[in-house]
Amino acid sequence: MASTIRVRAVAGADTTEVQSLIQHPMDSGFVKDAAGKLIPPHHIEVVRFEHGGKTVFTALWGPAVAKDPYLKFSFKGAKKGDELKVSWLDNEGASDSLVAKIQ
Amino acid sequence: MTMSSDAAGCARRSMLRGMAGLAGLGLFEASRLLPAYAADAPDWPQAAFKQKSEIDALKQLYGKNAEASDKVTLDAPEIAENGAVVPIAVTSSLPNVTAIAVLVVENPYTLAAAYQIPAGTRPAVANRLKMAKTTKVVAVVESDGKLYSASRDVKVTVGGCGG
Amino acid sequence: MLRKVLIIGAIVLGGAQVACADDAVDPKAEFKAFRDYFVGRFPKVPFDDFVNGPYSMDEGLRKQWKDIEEFPPYEFAVDKGKEMFAKPFANGKTYADCFPNQGIGIRQNFPYFDAKSGQVITLELALNQCREANGEKPLDYVKDDMAALTAYMAFTSRGKRFDIKIPDDPRALAAYRKGEEYFYTRRGQLNFSCASCHVQSAGNHIRTEVLAPALGIMAAMPIYRSEWGAMGTTSRRFTTCNSQVRAVPLPPQDELYRDVEYFLTYMGNGLPVSGPGARP
Repeated sequence: MASTIRVRAVAGADTTEVQSLIQHPMDSGFVKDAAGKLIPPHHIEVVRFEHGGKTVFTALWGPAVAKDPYLKFSFKGAKKGDELKVSWLDNEGASDSLVAKIQ
Repeated sequence: MTMSSDAAGCARRSMLRGMAGLAGLGLFEASRLLPAYAADAPDWPQAAFKQKSEIDALKQLYGKNAEASDKVTLDAPEIAENGAVVPIAVTSSLPNVTAIAVLVVENPYTLAAAYQIPAGTRPAVANRLKMAKTTKVVAVVESDGKLYSASRDVKVTVGGCGG
Repeated sequence: MLRKVLIIGAIVLGGAQVACADDAVDPKAEFKAFRDYFVGRFPKVPFDDFVNGPYSMDEGLRKQWKDIEEFPPYEFAVDKGKEMFAKPFANGKTYADCFPNQGIGIRQNFPYFDAKSGQVITLELALNQCREANGEKPLDYVKDDMAALTAYMAFTSRGKRFDIKIPDDPRALAAYRKGEEYFYTRRGQLNFSCASCHVQSAGNHIRTEVLAPALGIMAAMPIYRSEWGAMGTTSRRFTTCNSQVRAVPLPPQDELYRDVEYFLTYMGNGLPVSGPGARP
């Protein structure tokens, strides 16, 4: 099955810019379905980015993050060819992770 | 605690997924047993995400208040195209930034996201939020242990919370 | 001649009922009048930008769209469509066998008038015909798998300029005219025609939305709407538009809807494929 995580990591002169898009419903728990019942909250809680064994960014998310959530940040110390690991965990205990090569 | 066999099976599966996920994150410790139902991630600030006011959310998250600063920049649209997907960006010229938080004041729970910024990571993040209605969006930056904030009013015509 | 005057008059006044006299239909002249109307009304919009709908009309919306386009939500649908497109049917054949150029970079030629069956063939119809010819069940026309497939096919065709042909065949001209009449006819409790919003009020607000110009409005299909939180095909948009004016929608891919798509896409000839598109 295809990963839920899409990552684009590009190494620049000084920093590596990371953009990620994760496929996830991010249900807030406030929306009703067609039958009028509340759809329970189902959202990512933690997203972690690791490079060289070190965490370079952590996102702590609540239900107010949009569906199929996007993230962009930059960090120093990486170069083209390095690996970047992205992993997430949601409030139902589901998770996914991906290792991407920095371009 | 008694459970129906259905619920027990579901809990077992959730727990296994959760354990696998936590193991993947390097957070799982063999000595710690997870509760039967899938739990929030151990380092997820549950209390902060349940607060309904800016001040309470920041207190739960960082234990302090924020002061306005022009060294925090929040980029957000004046009128959101759709409250379900509002692109925002936060940057700061403050030194030694260790955290960035984004709050949507009139959302059911104020805290939308909190970011941990280790040394070597730029004090900047772009994200997309859900906004229930027209309200202030607040960006908070932790620099040298103190909190600084900037805010913007964003008009929302089509709400992002099913309204 | 009378027809041309009537059409231009209808475009200028917007939303007026078009008389259906049985004189010659002149698509080329109507095409020019249609395009000139929009270019004249929005002189600051670069021609190719019309395909971006409301984003060509409003700066604030445009910036949000550009931000989201950096990593757009329809990426998942394109990837899914690519996988689906490559996967062979039970009989070993693939979608590529049903289309010219293996189905890559062909979106700009749809819809087309098929002389053999005497009807307008849209991309969605062609995909289901391909499936049925190979022993597979047809897909729902409105979203999900069909939207993923057409998203992928639009994606491989990005930038290619629409080139819809109206052959010298009275049936093709009739299909074009029927689509055109539907477009300009008021309907529903709100008594709007497609033109009421997308010609007469293009660039203006309807409640909270900015109305896209009809010129090039098909170019971004299929679309990911924030409102849907998902992809939707032309059928999804046509049926919901009808419902929004409190008119009874036709079934997805109804012959008349296909005629409308034929007319509208022809009117956008020369503009580039921009799909799949993100919309509010």
